[in-house]
Amino acid sequence: MNRFGELLLALFSWCCTLLLTATVGILMVFLLRRGLPAFNMALFFGDTPPLDALLLIKPVFDGLFPALFGTLALVLVAVCCAVPVGLATGIYLAEYAAVAPKRVLNLLFDLLAGIPSIVVGLAGFALAVVLHRTFSGGIGPCLLLSALALAFLVLPYLIRATQNALEAVDPVTRRTALALGASKVQNIFYVLLPNRLADLTGGVILAVGRCAEDTAVIMLTGVVAFAGVPNSLLRKYEAVPFYIYTISSQYTDFQELQRGFAAALVLLFLCAALFLLAFFIQRHLKERLFYR
Amino acid sequence: MSIFSRIVERLFFLAAAGSALLTVAVFLLLLYLALPLFEQGGFWALIRSPWDPGAGFYGIYPMLVGSLSIAFLALLIGFPLSLGGAFFITCFAPLFLRRHLLNLVRLLTGVPTVVYSFAALFLLVPFLRENLTGGSGLNILGAALMLAVLIAPTMIIFFVDALRRVPSGFLQAVTALGGSPAQGLVYIALPLAWPGILNGLLLGLGRAMGDTMISLMIAGNAVALPESMTDSARTLTAHIALVIAADVSSLEFQSIFACGILLYLFTALLVLMVRLLGKFPKRSPG
Repeated sequence: MNRFGELLLALFSWCCTLLLTATVGILMVFLLRRGLPAFNMALFFGDTPPLDALLLIKPVFDGLFPALFGTLALVLVAVCCAVPVGLATGIYLAEYAAVAPKRVLNLLFDLLAGIPSIVVGLAGFALAVVLHRTFSGGIGPCLLLSALALAFLVLPYLIRATQNALEAVDPVTRRTALALGASKVQNIFYVLLPNRLADLTGGVILAVGRCAEDTAVIMLTGVVAFAGVPNSLLRKYEAVPFYIYTISSQYTDFQELQRGFAAALVLLFLCAALFLLAFFIQRHLKERLFYR
Repeated sequence: MSIFSRIVERLFFLAAAGSALLTVAVFLLLLYLALPLFEQGGFWALIRSPWDPGAGFYGIYPMLVGSLSIAFLALLIGFPLSLGGAFFITCFAPLFLRRHLLNLVRLLTGVPTVVYSFAALFLLVPFLRENLTGGSGLNILGAALMLAVLIAPTMIIFFVDALRRVPSGFLQAVTALGGSPAQGLVYIALPLAWPGILNGLLLGLGRAMGDTMISLMIAGNAVALPESMTDSARTLTAHIALVIAADVSSLEFQSIFACGILLYLFTALLVLMVRLLGKFPKRSPG
């Protein structure tokens, strides 16, 4: 490759990066300019006094609070379900699986990673339909169903993150503890996993973000435009992404549209905050526990 | 071996087997609910015929075309951009910028789809309407542009990951021999990182094909067969979301399970294609 080719490649890279950053930047600035003015207590709590709403004394009718609550519950349940299974499966793939089963599992998990979220939602909905047919009055679309579907959606991300992380441990590190007499399980928990903690975090971060933002899955599995704060896992609920979508399709006046912009900002901040939180907690933990 | 170890290892296995079975179970579940279609021999007819409930046609051919054109257009725009971005982060960016840029890209993967679509609906769509395409501004081009922005961070992360996993000794050898970073990238890192890049491409196309919110909100959802980039179109995913509220036993309703099966099969096809490509002999470095 000659000098000119190199220059061209560098120029291409610069342009791509600038173009992408500028596009995202413009969209974000637009959101901020439209959404920030609508940012106030009324956005979250409507006419209800904030303290009463937070303590669940009075319901909130015209605010984001129930949707926020629903989204948080959803993410929590989904991630708690998905992380243990994802980690265990990743570990099995990287450390235990023999060649032939591993090939089959790899294929299946690639497949799982590609399944569109709406199909996962459809499967959740189908499950509810089938359950309803078999046991009449069984579990309908609800918070739990959504959370399980979401857990299923993010499972492949967690599996791949774990597997890739473990397989990237260099051979010397991998064998040291074993040579000193550690068992395979000890080696995994005390050497391999801590060694790749940064990569594992990447996987969990992706999972958290996807759970909070996904609209397609919850649309089919129980989210509704108005439900109040969910008091049970088996009830319908509100969620922020769906709130935004509802407003975009059926806003009636400028005020409502403003609320949509503000809600979009809230979701954006929420996702960013979740990301940063996971990021810093994990980095902090890693330094405190393992590199002292 | 201690009992604890044995239990833990058994749990690892159960988790893997369970996850794998779930993948298959989803397909079987969709198949089960689409069964009435197969019994009437209507599945293939459904895929080939147009959507015209008034005349009794519930075909999903227009949605199939809509999905494919939007996804591939998005990939056409997004892939070069992402590759350039990944090159920039691994090779051309000033050193102090690289880590921050990668973190920024990670953060961008978390930007909610619905936020992108919401912003685009009130910024990009009016722009297209007034300057480029006319009409309502809700069309394939707008959806593909937004999808490209949506899938770029995911692809960049995979590309950078693949490029970074190339042993640094190889690249140091290039430097020692007087090669430039760009040469190391093109002749050493790229050939070695090829499988990882394909993996990222697979995920990108999968996300583009499977995304619901952007096509639902920006592509216009017209049920006619789209004829150009500036036409409004409905994707398979948007179709599922729009029809779900209908009566459970109607033919209209069963068509969404056909959509689901199609999307699932398309994904499977993609995965198999990438697997086959990965079997090609890789160029060894040097």
